[in-house]
Amino acid sequence: MTAIFFYLFAIITVASAFMVISARNPVHAVLFLILAFVNSAGLFMLTGAEFLALLLIVVYVGAVAVLFLFVVMMLDVDFVELREGFLQYLPVGGLVGAIVLVELLMVVGAWVVAPGTVNGTLGEPAPDMSVTSNIQALGNILYTKYFFFFQVAGLILLVAMIGAIVLTLHHRPNVRRQNVSEQVARSKETAIEIKKVESGKGI
Amino acid sequence: MEAFINTYVIPGFWIIFQSVLMLVCLLLITAYILYADRKIFAAVQMRRGPNVVGPWGLLQSFADLLKFVLKEPIIPATASKSVFVIAPIISAVLAMTAFAVLPVAEGWVVADVNLGILFIFAVSSLEVYGIIMGGWASNSKYAFLASLRSAAQMVSYEVSMGFIIITVLLCAGTLNLTGIVNSQADGLGTMLGLPASFLDWYWLPLFPAFIMFFISAIAETNRPPFDLPEAESELVAGHMVEYSSTLFLLFFLGEFVAIILMSCLVTILFLGGWLPPVDVAVLNWVPGIVWFTLKAFFVFFMMAMVRTVVPRYRYDQLMRLGWKIFLPLSLAMVAIVAGVLQYMGWA
Repeated sequence: MTAIFFYLFAIITVASAFMVISARNPVHAVLFLILAFVNSAGLFMLTGAEFLALLLIVVYVGAVAVLFLFVVMMLDVDFVELREGFLQYLPVGGLVGAIVLVELLMVVGAWVVAPGTVNGTLGEPAPDMSVTSNIQALGNILYTKYFFFFQVAGLILLVAMIGAIVLTLHHRPNVRRQNVSEQVARSKETAIEIKKVESGKGI
Repeated sequence: MEAFINTYVIPGFWIIFQSVLMLVCLLLITAYILYADRKIFAAVQMRRGPNVVGPWGLLQSFADLLKFVLKEPIIPATASKSVFVIAPIISAVLAMTAFAVLPVAEGWVVADVNLGILFIFAVSSLEVYGIIMGGWASNSKYAFLASLRSAAQMVSYEVSMGFIIITVLLCAGTLNLTGIVNSQADGLGTMLGLPASFLDWYWLPLFPAFIMFFISAIAETNRPPFDLPEAESELVAGHMVEYSSTLFLLFFLGEFVAIILMSCLVTILFLGGWLPPVDVAVLNWVPGIVWFTLKAFFVFFMMAMVRTVVPRYRYDQLMRLGWKIFLPLSLAMVAIVAGVLQYMGWA
């Protein structure tokens, strides 16, 4: 039964990943990317990594892909025009692809199982699934052994966020801004002035 | 062969039966929630509301359903057809998916998964796609602008909702929805020596979070006063301008099922789920599903009242509320709650 679902998710993932690069419409490409994300979350679910699966959906599909979709929808990209120079860029693109492939193979070749894993095998997750839940197991490792790396990763993200804000924030002069607290603080006394107007004289 | 039937076929049919039962109840409740919404709105404005179809207008929603289904579906010529058709289906299906893990009484749940609350959060974060896809595929400026607005709104309020859910999880110590409800059986009230009552539920110790979650739930489901995506005065009818007949019905259904989901979520997280308000024998005899339904309906009633009495927010006010007020407040709540739990040794 698990095998059936594995092949189902795997086939859809690979097929939609292929559609991402072959779809004519950029928005359709992003939608296929989302389909690929959701199906790989299904693959995570099958291996028992429920937390990772749901996190993949919340973070990648729920947040990152939405921003992708936003940008792609706003851009007015003519893909037919882009395709015209396809052959011209093929050698460079092929070279980059080959380099990435070789690097990936090197990484896979130098793969070592983390020391301290139970039995030193990849076959079973470190704490047995029936004893501790996903989150407990992750938390136990993340907040003890890899605590420093975890904090540094958070700091890097913070710096990236501040950098993005600094790059895009422009304070234009002569722009009238709203002061919300001032607006809320307005009352009848400060907003209205009642005057007695004598007839024929005006204010 | 027999083993195959015992392990897959019989449990499979049992799950299908449970899901179908849940779905039928959900759709019936949606029909009457719609009716209640219109009646409450009418009563506040001193109108009668729907009162023609059936006794007191009780069959109004079914008449609407028939009307929607029998109309001609129109797909604009310039629309991206496949996306245009898929969008409302995604919207409706995702809204109903979340109910797979929602317990309505002790043990009354289709799938009692460990990460129930995260599952609901993940599914509701996907709901934004129905809206974006619908708005984009319509190839209309109004629909597109509305869907952008709506998506930005849902993404913003999801952030603070996530933090509020974390405060509840810190107190409950579990992500299982049944576990969250059961952890509310004793709390602030029992600590003071009172019998188990509504004072134990999380709405009291986490009162600011309760209010913020309620408001975020309204914003998340695009209900008034945060219904900017379909602000009639500026954007006709939001991302569904180009939709008609069954496709429109699916959008509409998805929206209302999402509202029911949010009411149920407030009930589970803050109002003690199916626990009776006071732990006495008479109230304990009432089945848990009755308490659950009553509480969820109470939350929906409050949402409907907010809809009737509060004027629509401006878009910049909405974003300010989400990012500058709710986000820092909920983040502070997480830090404070975690600190208190650790300091007092309650964690």
